[in-house]
Amino acid sequence: MEQIMNPDVNLKVNRTAKKKKRTRVPWVLHLMVLPAVLLVFVFSYVPMSGIIMAFQDYKAPLGITGSPFVGLKHFQYMFENDYFMKITWNTVLFACSKIVLNLIIPFTFALLLNEVRHMGYKRSIQTLVYLPHFLSWVTLGGILIDLLAQTGIVNQFLTYLFGIKPIFFLGDGTWFRLTIIFSDVWKEFGFNTIIFLAALAGINPALYEAAEVDGASRIKQTLYITIPSLVPILIVVATLALGNVLNANFDQIFNLYSPMIYQQGDIIDTFVYREGLLSGQFSFATAVSLFKSVISLILIVISYRMAYRFAGYRIF
Amino acid sequence: MYHKTLPYRIFSIFNYILLGVIAIACLLPLYHLLMVSLSSSAAANAGLVTFWPIGFTFEAYTKTFNNINFLTSLWVSVKRTLIGTALGLVVNSIAAYALSKETHVFRGRNAYLWYFVITMLFSGGLIPSYILILKLGLMNHLAALILPGLVAVYNMILLLNFFRTVPKELEEAAFIDGAGYLRSFVSIFLPVSLPVIATIALFTMVGHWNSYFDGLIYIKSSEKLPLASLMQTIIVQGNTTSFDPAVIANMSQRTLRASQIFIGALPILIAYPFLQRFFVKGIVIGAVKE
Repeated sequence: MEQIMNPDVNLKVNRTAKKKKRTRVPWVLHLMVLPAVLLVFVFSYVPMSGIIMAFQDYKAPLGITGSPFVGLKHFQYMFENDYFMKITWNTVLFACSKIVLNLIIPFTFALLLNEVRHMGYKRSIQTLVYLPHFLSWVTLGGILIDLLAQTGIVNQFLTYLFGIKPIFFLGDGTWFRLTIIFSDVWKEFGFNTIIFLAALAGINPALYEAAEVDGASRIKQTLYITIPSLVPILIVVATLALGNVLNANFDQIFNLYSPMIYQQGDIIDTFVYREGLLSGQFSFATAVSLFKSVISLILIVISYRMAYRFAGYRIF
Repeated sequence: MYHKTLPYRIFSIFNYILLGVIAIACLLPLYHLLMVSLSSSAAANAGLVTFWPIGFTFEAYTKTFNNINFLTSLWVSVKRTLIGTALGLVVNSIAAYALSKETHVFRGRNAYLWYFVITMLFSGGLIPSYILILKLGLMNHLAALILPGLVAVYNMILLLNFFRTVPKELEEAAFIDGAGYLRSFVSIFLPVSLPVIATIALFTMVGHWNSYFDGLIYIKSSEKLPLASLMQTIIVQGNTTSFDPAVIANMSQRTLRASQIFIGALPILIAYPFLQRFFVKGIVIGAVKE
């Protein structure tokens, strides 16, 4: 009471309060995002301006500012090019097969895993199947090359079991495609299972109890409770995957393909790498990659809008 | 109770066996490779190795660890992983903290957020990025492997979403005690979100350890090449680009390659139990929204 009565002390309190306020000036927040803003500017936005190259005949000595503009020449060449159509088809084929299988298999696997009541066993299975997700495609590529070689263990087994000639898994177009699709499933299905397992854990147990009282069998419970409860998350995952229709996984293809199966195995990203960095066709490669980026952007925007509309999904 | 009925019990037995077989099948390739690496090269070349080493020897590992290129690359990888992860954590978490503030506190927050998110949606692509590194003079520098990927927008959003769940009262109490934003970030937000930060740190480390392509295109001298890139050149390129019989016949390389693949994967295998504990959490955190 005395202090409040004393105007001098009161003033002092006020001043320190002001001072405290000043330690939280908004520019500190701006300063905190500054490093990230600068890095993103240099390493993401500056390359975006390099897209101009797609409309030029880029010559290294002339630079982006000096190289002559050629309009849509590279795009015209691209669309008239049979090989470009082929790799676009390969890309879509790989990506879509992976998207579909990486939904169906993890979904089924999660349903089966959900039936395991022994927690230790369930956890061990999870731990084992997630592991390949963390290994790089260099490692997995090395393993596959060894395993699938003509003298490798897979061919040894096939010869032993069926007496067939060794299959050239990485050298024959059709086998290459199958190898790519199934090795991707091998690497990723365990990881994708988590999403569905999390959704399964979120189902209200009261639903099952009620079904039990009504005498529903486990199959009926799965059909009428479990699966319908997973539909929303399935829709979200499926729509978000739409943005990946042109992402066939560069790392995987790059570590497994070879010139002899380019016709069936080459994809847009690997083509851009070879045309651009190996052959030095900077402008053409940029045009091809711009085509891919634009289509992908459109697909991502559509997919996010759909996910938001159907399931109220937002990233932030 | 459905799980006591006979049909369900039969299903259950099959289910346990099926899942067990799938899980083991997932790891068999890696296991087989380990066995190859521990076998004598003669046995490996003759294709005798299946599930246990034939002519057990550490020869391939001794050879690999006596290879000076392998050791220098190992060191480069360790360096890039540590520096890249540390810098990445600082830059991303501090930005995420600022962006987790409400719009009326941090005006411009939404503009910044979009500025970052756009880079997730669209990029200049490989060639312009390559030319940029060239023009910046970062070719053949460790910085070329660290700086371009330093800001990980996805991780930033993960952190941001988590920071938003931290009770406001905690921070308000600190503000009353005279703390500024930086102090509040260091003394309150960092300690509370340690598990999330650990998760992101582990993911970033795995990312750095595994990434090979940047090393392949930006690093020209072998003493600066990270391990993943070195492995890519000796294991994959040494194989797929040459399908000629001479190379396939010369399989004495097989145990050596197997040992290199295994050593390259070893840090991940060691970190995996920790990763595994955290990463389910990490994904759930990503789903946490206001």
